[in-house]
Amino acid sequence: MGRYVARRLLQMIPVFLGTTLIIFLMVNVLPGDPVAALWGDHPPDPAQMAQIKQERGLDLPLWHQYLNYLGGLLQGDFGSTIAGDRPVLGEMADAFPVSIRLALMAFVFEMVVGITLGVMAGVKRGKLIDTGVTVFTLLVISIPVFVLGLLGQQVLGTQLGWITPTVRDSMNLGQLLLPALVLGSLSLAYVARLTRTSIAENLRADFMRTAVAKGLPRRRVVSVHLLRNSLIPVVTYLGTDIGALMAGAVVTEGIFNVQGVGNLLFQALARREGTVIVGCVTVFVLIYLVANLLVDLLYAVLDPRIRYA
Amino acid sequence: MPETTKTAAEETVPVAAAPAEAARDSGPAPGKPRSLAADAWAELRRNPLFVISAVLIFFLLVVAAFPSLFTSADPTAGDLSEHFLDKPKLGHFFQPDWFGYDNQGRSIYARVVYGTRVSIIVGVGVTVLVTVFGGLLGMLAGYFGGLWDTILSRLTDIFFGIPFLLGAMVVLNAFTDRTVWTVIGALAFLGWTQITRVMRGAVITAKHADYVVAARALGASTSRILFRHILPNAVAPVIVVATIALGTYIVAESTLSFLGLGLGTNDVSWGGDIDTATDHIRNAPHLLFFPAGMLSLTVLAFIMLGDAVREALDPKLR
Repeated sequence: MGRYVARRLLQMIPVFLGTTLIIFLMVNVLPGDPVAALWGDHPPDPAQMAQIKQERGLDLPLWHQYLNYLGGLLQGDFGSTIAGDRPVLGEMADAFPVSIRLALMAFVFEMVVGITLGVMAGVKRGKLIDTGVTVFTLLVISIPVFVLGLLGQQVLGTQLGWITPTVRDSMNLGQLLLPALVLGSLSLAYVARLTRTSIAENLRADFMRTAVAKGLPRRRVVSVHLLRNSLIPVVTYLGTDIGALMAGAVVTEGIFNVQGVGNLLFQALARREGTVIVGCVTVFVLIYLVANLLVDLLYAVLDPRIRYA
Repeated sequence: MPETTKTAAEETVPVAAAPAEAARDSGPAPGKPRSLAADAWAELRRNPLFVISAVLIFFLLVVAAFPSLFTSADPTAGDLSEHFLDKPKLGHFFQPDWFGYDNQGRSIYARVVYGTRVSIIVGVGVTVLVTVFGGLLGMLAGYFGGLWDTILSRLTDIFFGIPFLLGAMVVLNAFTDRTVWTVIGALAFLGWTQITRVMRGAVITAKHADYVVAARALGASTSRILFRHILPNAVAPVIVVATIALGTYIVAESTLSFLGLGLGTNDVSWGGDIDTATDHIRNAPHLLFFPAGMLSLTVLAFIMLGDAVREALDPKLR
């Protein structure tokens, strides 16, 4: 087990380096000069521009810039913004707690409701409740998140007045509730569909017949034998989703004015603040890699036949 | 040890090379085995989900190809004497004022009709690119194995780690005048990994089959083995993933346009129109309702098609 984890951690290093390199290249190779953007629409002053570039090390060749960036990362230094020279780490420290809250709320929502709906539909395959869940998930997948967000904001916020249409305090759990529901809705539909398929497949498995034949109560058959064996694909999906929820929150955070990473990234894009973008994506990649490892370790808990040497 | 990097899609996708079922009652000649494709087609035709989605998609393709058949109005011509707060004239079928006017006095009906083209082109374009390139890479990695597989699989892992929408935003942000092709390129650049993984897995399953060994023993060339023997038997899960992904690419395009990072204001796109609608959603909800409705209907059609194809190609679900 320990050796397995160590090997997986080592395997993460090339993927991590590759991903940060790609995102670094995407930000820096593509046209658009962040230093020139400091002047807005005015033509930049060449002397001043050269000086700023030299101070930030932006005149170095790209591979050197990347190595410098990596060197900084190892010391926990994410660089600083071009406009205002603020440390990126500080900007992220303000934004990430908000996004983590939002993503965790969405995650719990999609997990609990999604698995419940999926089990209900899978156990009663072909019945009314199955059709209902299937139609519901199809609709949720078809309606894009930004439309759902706008509708929710309009109906629940403006017309019914149940919630505040936009979030005023980004750390307030009550105000984050609707954005979290909207954010988690698409994944909820996928979780429900995955659970349903998996449950329906396992219903015919031998261990199910045995469990029923042993005379176990139905509740125990479903909740222990069936669910545990059906959860592996769902856990796989949920594992990759926690990072995707944070990265995909740009739209939701924009609509509801949540001051999280999505908002930070959107502003960074508009101002071409490459260091902020690279920094945030680096953290997303780390979250994604660690979540993947946790998922693989969870397999062994769900299915004792899987062992890690 | 389990495969360490599986995606949700792979889990639900049928394993390749389902045994061709012997002919059933409705089959062609008794005793004659039907191919997987023929079997799937027979299955599909009986599925109401498929019939509904196929009709819908055919209709959308016609609208995208010949929008002028459906409206005589120009989607970019604004007439400011038409006020956007006026309720849409729902009785005026196919007239420019059927769905009302937007804040620049442009016919929403005409914009909804003409907006179909962008969504369909982006959806189909990205899917074709991703399937061809991603599929080819997956075949190479799966068939040749060894160093090829190691390099391509690590490359896939790396691209898979980049958040899809966010990556597309970063790429598109660099271009000042974006066309449909820029959007297609950006989405395909970040979206190919899923197909590669599915194709790789399917090819690995298929390449040890007896018919492949037999073909090699008969002296078939590598390309013949790959394209005539392995590909037809490995393509089923790829088709399923690609069909479902098509709908998500349409959503991605409209999301990018909604964020102002997709097509410019000169192009007619549902996402862009929904972005315009957000400022007037309280007083003129029809600005949001019609483009959003068409967008959702289009995505629904492709998701339903994907579901139907999956049911037809996955023997486990029968």
